[in-house]
Amino acid sequence: MAKVTIDGHLIEVPDGTTILNAARMMGDQHPETMQNVPPAMCYYSKLGESGGKCRTCLVQVTKGSEKDPRPMPKLVASCRTTVMDGMEVQNKLSAQVQEARKGVVEMLLINHPLDCPVCDQAGECHLQDLGYEHGAQKTRYEFDRRTFEMENIGDKIKLHMNRCILCYRCVFTANQITDGRVHGVINRGDHAEISTFIHQAIDNDFSGNVIDVCPVGALTDKTFRFKSRVWNTKPYNAHRDCKHEKCNGNVAVWMAGNNILRVTARKDKWGEVENFICNECRFDKKELKDWIIEGPREMDRHSVNSNTQYVHLAKEKVLKPSETFAVLHPYNGDDK
Amino acid sequence: MSRKLLIDKAHIAGIETFEVYRKEGGYQAAEKALKTMTPDEVTEEVKKSGLKGRGGAGFPMGMKWSFLAKPEGVPRYLVCNADESEPGTFKDRFLMEKVPHIFIEGLIISSYALGANTCYIYIRGEYAWIAKILERTIAEAKANGFLGKNILGKGFDLEIYVHRGAGAYICGEETALLESLEGKRGNPRMKPPFPAVKGLYGCPTVVNNVESLTAVVPIINLGGSEYAKIGTEKSTGTKLISASGNINKPGVYEIELGISVEDFVMSYEYCGGIKNGKKLKACVPGGSSVPILPHDLLFKTAKGDTRLMSYESMSDGGFATGSMIGSGGFIVYDEDQCIVENTYNFTRFYRHESCGQCSPCREGTGWMEKVLHRLDNGNGKIEDIDLLWDIQRKIEGNTICPLGDAAAWPVAAAIRHFREEFEWHVTHPKEAMERNYGLRKNIFVAPASA
Ligand SMILES: Cc1cc2nc3c(=O)[nH]c(=O)nc-3n(C[C@H](O)[C@H](O)[C@H](O)COP(=O)(O)O)c2cc1C
Ligand code: SF4
Ligand code: SF4
Ligand code: FES
Repeated sequence: MAKVTIDGHLIEVPDGTTILNAARMMGDQHPETMQNVPPAMCYYSKLGESGGKCRTCLVQVTKGSEKDPRPMPKLVASCRTTVMDGMEVQNKLSAQVQEARKGVVEMLLINHPLDCPVCDQAGECHLQDLGYEHGAQKTRYEFDRRTFEMENIGDKIKLHMNRCILCYRCVFTANQITDGRVHGVINRGDHAEISTFIHQAIDNDFSGNVIDVCPVGALTDKTFRFKSRVWNTKPYNAHRDCKHEKCNGNVAVWMAGNNILRVTARKDKWGEVENFICNECRFDKKELKDWIIEGPREMDRHSVNSNTQYVHLAKEKVLKPSETFAVLHPYNGDDK
Repeated sequence: MSRKLLIDKAHIAGIETFEVYRKEGGYQAAEKALKTMTPDEVTEEVKKSGLKGRGGAGFPMGMKWSFLAKPEGVPRYLVCNADESEPGTFKDRFLMEKVPHIFIEGLIISSYALGANTCYIYIRGEYAWIAKILERTIAEAKANGFLGKNILGKGFDLEIYVHRGAGAYICGEETALLESLEGKRGNPRMKPPFPAVKGLYGCPTVVNNVESLTAVVPIINLGGSEYAKIGTEKSTGTKLISASGNINKPGVYEIELGISVEDFVMSYEYCGGIKNGKKLKACVPGGSSVPILPHDLLFKTAKGDTRLMSYESMSDGGFATGSMIGSGGFIVYDEDQCIVENTYNFTRFYRHESCGQCSPCREGTGWMEKVLHRLDNGNGKIEDIDLLWDIQRKIEGNTICPLGDAAAWPVAAAIRHFREEFEWHVTHPKEAMERNYGLRKNIFVAPASA
């Protein structure tokens, strides 16, 4: 076990834990320290090799360990740096970290289209949250933003490369969760892009999970696109007896009235899926009769729904799906 | 004449063949090491030599070797970094092209010291003809019993393979190189673990530069302590410098570390002074990544000491008034050269070569390029200079691999030492354009209205 102090709070964690996970454990145990958890745009605990890329989780190690108390010379990626006994870390408390993070957020946004008004991820986008917390009011970037053609990855998934932050999560998902990865990163630098080679469809039972891991609106569900803003839908835990060997049929269904508009994996409070789900559950089961509804979901902090007191309300009254919002007129944009 | 140890025989006709190289005393070091020394003794000599890595970072090679993990039953690899893509650097090319056998001999001794039975040379794709030379050299060495099974009857097996890269600068970063060698996309890895523990195919691996590994030959011939007497106390041995720019005699020179920079630039033995009788303006002494030095900080340090061609003297004053030996890519600028244009050119390179994994480098290099392009083209604003400064600061130190730093440093140093020139570009766009491109008429004179 190792004792580590993060922004002045002490926690003891197993050896080999990363700073980020130590902060998350602390957040779990002491909700008041939740705000000290560094934001993570690329790390995903369920995906091996993930992390280290986006640099939003940078923290300052002011004391290396009990044995070697020297501070670390540079900021480190908390998602890829393991704790040492006696380590002292600053996140919120370090002006250097805050400044660097602001820089990272600015970098992530200079080429981002900022098309939130027409983005399906709006309301549950990690980049929106990050921009809100650390972004500047005004951009200093005065050039054309980089653009890519939109792409269909199969008939169910839309790739909107302009929004991508190259976190590589979808690549790891495709690599580790599905058999036969066909998409990856092509080109390099600021002209790198996610794509299949060459414009191949993704065709396997688990491909839809790339939508859930995407922190932004780069990968979206074509069966849900423009049906509703997420905050006008209500999420319920639901399950079905899924026959797929790797899927346990536990999902979240997003409803408006009695209509299931979208099916996703259940996400925890760090925005990560609890378990990956199969494409049949995600794309093909949109009828109420397909599911056994368990009840309203606790929302992860990245969804605007978590701020609407929906959970508390729903808990008190034990709302039935039919008592919630009416169906909204689906958007009939041409870009489906 | 200063002493030469690596390319001293480059002028001998036929030195690229085994026969001539052998006749000139070649492969004696390999014989000495394999026949009379244990691997640990070889490593010990390398440690004693004080040799610093010649690829850019200058990490002591003996120390790197001693970090190599040696678990039982797991193969170890030696990987030679011949990706040489840093702008201004072309020394490994000369070495491999002209005297390939001393290079291969260095690889044999080094592999022996490290207990590696497989050695890879990762060579930049554009050096296609050198890859052929190396393959021929390897075949010759093998035919003569210096490679293959049971070398010199000493029970040591070694195969050397030449692997051509596809022309990416980032694949010179040692972990990106390993990824590329494994057949993957050349993205730098997160460290730790370091290659010494988990390198090629997850096995302990040492990655060293061409010149570093070649220097093992004179180290074994002379003995580590003798070698260490050459150069200065902290910068031992000889170093290849590839000199380019506005000098009379561009080329690859082998110098004893510790000669004065002035001597190197001005003497006929080396660069032969500035071309066309022009004045010296600035110098990038160690490849495009290292800070540029203005003329008044090149021959003398800020303290007023003579600046030497050595690791410690070149970096005297830190980044505020010093620079780095780096890879030995020595680029000289005369009074006519434009620092803004040069900085733009370098930044364009880094933007193009960033792997794109981490946000500050991926986005920041592109942003800097655009701002510099605008400045260079006479459309800049005075705030652009501070903006550039701020962008590079947001990149430096916040990235996965040192390419981010390498992109930030040239911009920082150019602004630090040549801010007035940046300002002049903003206030005198026409003159700046005219100086750089001679395009005044085409660009700035409005066409007569119809
Ligand atoms: C972006 C980048 C490019 C590099 N390119 C080269 C190269 O072309 N050749 C080289 O020897 N080292 C290069 N290096 C340094 C290597 O990562 C590594 O430090 C070196 O090969 C170690 O060898 P040495 O200790 O013998 O110098 C590069 C580093 C970076 C970050
Ligand atoms: S598409 Fe989404 S998940 Fe994939 S790399 Fe881009 S941002 Fe990450
Ligand atoms: S610093 Fe640049 S080149 Fe290095 S890993 Fe990050 S994006 Fe790639
Ligand atoms: S979450 Fe740590 S670098 Fe992206």
